[in-house]
Amino acid sequence: MEKEKLQSLYYEMVLVRRLEEKSANLYQQGRIGGFLHLYIGQEAVGSGVIAARQAKDRVITAYRDHGVAISCGMEPKVVFAELLGKETGCSKGRGGSMHLADVKLNFWGGHAIVGAHLPLAAGMALADKYRGSDAATLCMFGDGATNIGYFHEALNLSMVWKLPVLWVCENNQYGMGTSVERASAVSEIRQKASCYGMPSERVDGMDVLQVYNATQKALEHVRKEGPFLLEALTYRYRGHSMGDPERYRAIDEIEKWRKDDPIGIFREKLLADLGFSELTLDEEELRAENVIEEAVQFAEASPDPASETLFDYLYVE
Amino acid sequence: MSTPSRNPNGREIRFSQAINEALAEEMRRDPTVFIIGEDIAEAGTPFKILKGLVEEFGTDRVIDTPISEPGFCGIAVGAAMTGMRPVVDIMFGDFLTLALDQIANQAAKVHYMSGGKLKVPIVFRTNMGATRRSAAQHSQSLHAWPSHIPGLKVAMPSTNYDAKGLLKTAIRDDNPIVIFEDKMMYQAMGYVPEEEYTIPFGVADIKRVGEDITLVATSSMVQVALQAAEMLAEIGLSAEVVDPRTMVPLDRETLIQSAKKTSRAIVIDEGHQSYGVSAELASVIADGAFYYLDAPVKRMGAMDVPVPFSPALEDITVPTPEKVLEMAKALCGRV
Ligand SMILES: Cc1ncc(C[n+]2csc(CCOP(=O)(O)OP(=O)(O)O)c2C)c(N)n1
Ligand SMILES: [Mg+2]
Repeated sequence: MEKEKLQSLYYEMVLVRRLEEKSANLYQQGRIGGFLHLYIGQEAVGSGVIAARQAKDRVITAYRDHGVAISCGMEPKVVFAELLGKETGCSKGRGGSMHLADVKLNFWGGHAIVGAHLPLAAGMALADKYRGSDAATLCMFGDGATNIGYFHEALNLSMVWKLPVLWVCENNQYGMGTSVERASAVSEIRQKASCYGMPSERVDGMDVLQVYNATQKALEHVRKEGPFLLEALTYRYRGHSMGDPERYRAIDEIEKWRKDDPIGIFREKLLADLGFSELTLDEEELRAENVIEEAVQFAEASPDPASETLFDYLYVE
Repeated sequence: MSTPSRNPNGREIRFSQAINEALAEEMRRDPTVFIIGEDIAEAGTPFKILKGLVEEFGTDRVIDTPISEPGFCGIAVGAAMTGMRPVVDIMFGDFLTLALDQIANQAAKVHYMSGGKLKVPIVFRTNMGATRRSAAQHSQSLHAWPSHIPGLKVAMPSTNYDAKGLLKTAIRDDNPIVIFEDKMMYQAMGYVPEEEYTIPFGVADIKRVGEDITLVATSSMVQVALQAAEMLAEIGLSAEVVDPRTMVPLDRETLIQSAKKTSRAIVIDEGHQSYGVSAELASVIADGAFYYLDAPVKRMGAMDVPVPFSPALEDITVPTPEKVLEMAKALCGRV
C-alpha cells in the first residue's frame, strides 16, 4: 500500500474512534436517543475491508454501521446530523443510528433486523451479474447473524448462482450478551462456508493490513469465481448498545483484547516498519479531532425535520 | 368486570416485575412451563424483565437461544404439541414478522386441522409501542396481525395488575396466545396484590366510569385516555374509559353497553390506524350501539407511516391526551 493511503487509513480509523467516543458522550447527555451500537475496537475490519473495494463495489452492513459509513466516505457531519435526528442527516433524520445510508457512496445501508440484509446483498449481486457488471457486493454482518436462516439461505443461493458477493463476518465473539460458543455449533464461523462448498478465510481483525490484504485476495476470487466468506476475528470494547451492563464477559477478557487495540497496532507498525514519524501521526489525530468538533457543531445547528414532511418518502412520487 | 387496578393502600411494583412474578409463580406451580428466547437467561432481556429467573429455575427452564426466531419459535410449538407449556420471548414486536409462519400457520392451525386431537398450549410474549427513538424496525405495534388469525388469542395488558393476571391465565390456557406489552410501561409502578389471582380472557375492564363519551383504549393508550378523561372533566365532560384487555376473545357486550350509555365513542389504539384493531373495535360499537349513537364512532391510531427516528417527527405519529381531548370535544359539540 502506498504511503499516502496508509496515512489516510490511519486518519480514518482515528476518525471513527473519535466519532464513536463523541456519540457516546452525546448519548450520555441525552442528546441522542434510542439505540447506539459503537464500533470501537472493530475499526480495523471496516477500514481494512473497505480500503480494498473499488468505487463500483457495493457495501451493506447491519446496525453497527457508523464506522463502515465513514470508511465508505460519509462525512462525519451528516452522520452526527442523522444521530441527532436532523433534516441534514444522511437519511434526513428518518433512519437514525442504525440506518445510515448513502447510495452515492455505494453504501447501501445499516439494517436493524439481524440477518435480513444478507439476502439483500445477494440480490444486489444478482442484479450486477444480470447487468453484466463486474462490481462486487461486500456484505458485513456479525457472528450472531450466522445463526439465523437468512445467513444460510443467502450463502447457499449465492453459491448456487455464483453471485459476486464477499461475505464478511465481523466475529466480535458476542451477539448481544450471548457468546459465540453458546450460540453457534461451530465458533469458527468460516467453517459454515464449507457446507455450501464456498471458499473461506479467517483473519486477525485487529490488524488492518491483514484485513486489507485478505479482502483484496478474496475480492479477486469473487469477481472471477463467485462468493467467498471472510471471517475477521475482532472484539467490541464497549457494550452491545449503550446501557449494556456487560455481565456476560470478564474484565480480564476485555483488558486482554484492549492490548490488541487495532489503532495502537497499526500505529506501532507505521512507526516501526513503515517509516512514519510520531509528528505525522499526531497531526492526523488532531485533524480527526477537529473534524469531529466541527461536525457536531454542524449537526447541532441543523434544523429538525419539519412536521409537514412526516409523510414525505412514504411512497415514491 | 371492573377489577381493582388501583388500590391506594396496596403493594406497588413495576410492570416488568408483575410479569416476572407471573412467570415465577407459574413455573413453580407447573414443571412443564419453561421460557425460551434471546438473551433471557444471563442477560435477562434488554428490558431486564426476567431478572432472577435463571437463578431460581436454571438454564433448562430459562433457555437462551441464538438469533433464530423462526427456529426457536418452531421448537417451542413442537414442544407445546407434546404437552409442554413454553413461554416464548420475542425481543421486539417487530420480530414477530420472522416468526409468523410458526405462529400463524403452525400454532394457530394445529388444533383445528387435527380435528381436536392436538393442541398447542404456548404463550408468545412480545412488545409494542413507539417514542423510544428506535426507528422503523424496532417500534411497530403489530397486535392486529395475530388478532386477524383465527385460532390465536391476543392480550394487551394496560396496567401492572392486568399484566400479571392475564399472563397467568395465558400460561394455563391450552391455546396459542400472543401477549403484547408496551415497552414504555415496563418501568411504571402500579398496584399488584401479594395474593395470587388470575384475570379471565374476554372480559373488558372499565378503567373509569363516565356518562358523556366512551373512550375505548388498549395497552398504553389506556393511560392516554385516562389523562384525556381528566382534561375532559375540567370542562365538565365525563368520559368512560373501557379497556378490552384481550382482542381475542373480545368482550363485545361491555363495549356496546358503554357506548349505548354515553352515545358517543372514540377508539384509541397504537397500531396503524388503517385496517387495524381500532377499525374492528369501532365496527363492533357502530354495529351493536347504532340506534343509541349521537355521533359517528371515531378512531385514533398511530399514523400510517413507518415510525421515524427523529424525535421531532416520531412524537407526532402517536395519539396523545391532547389529541384525544380535541376529538372528544368536537364529538360532544364543544369546539
Ligand atoms: C431478527 C432479530 N433478532 C434479534 C434482534 C436483536 N438483536 C439486535 S443486535 C443482536 C445481536 C447481533 O449480534 P451479531 O450479529 O454478532 O452483531 P454485533 O452486535 O456483535 O455486531 C440482537 C440479538 C434483531 N435486531 N433482529
Ligand atoms: Mg457479534
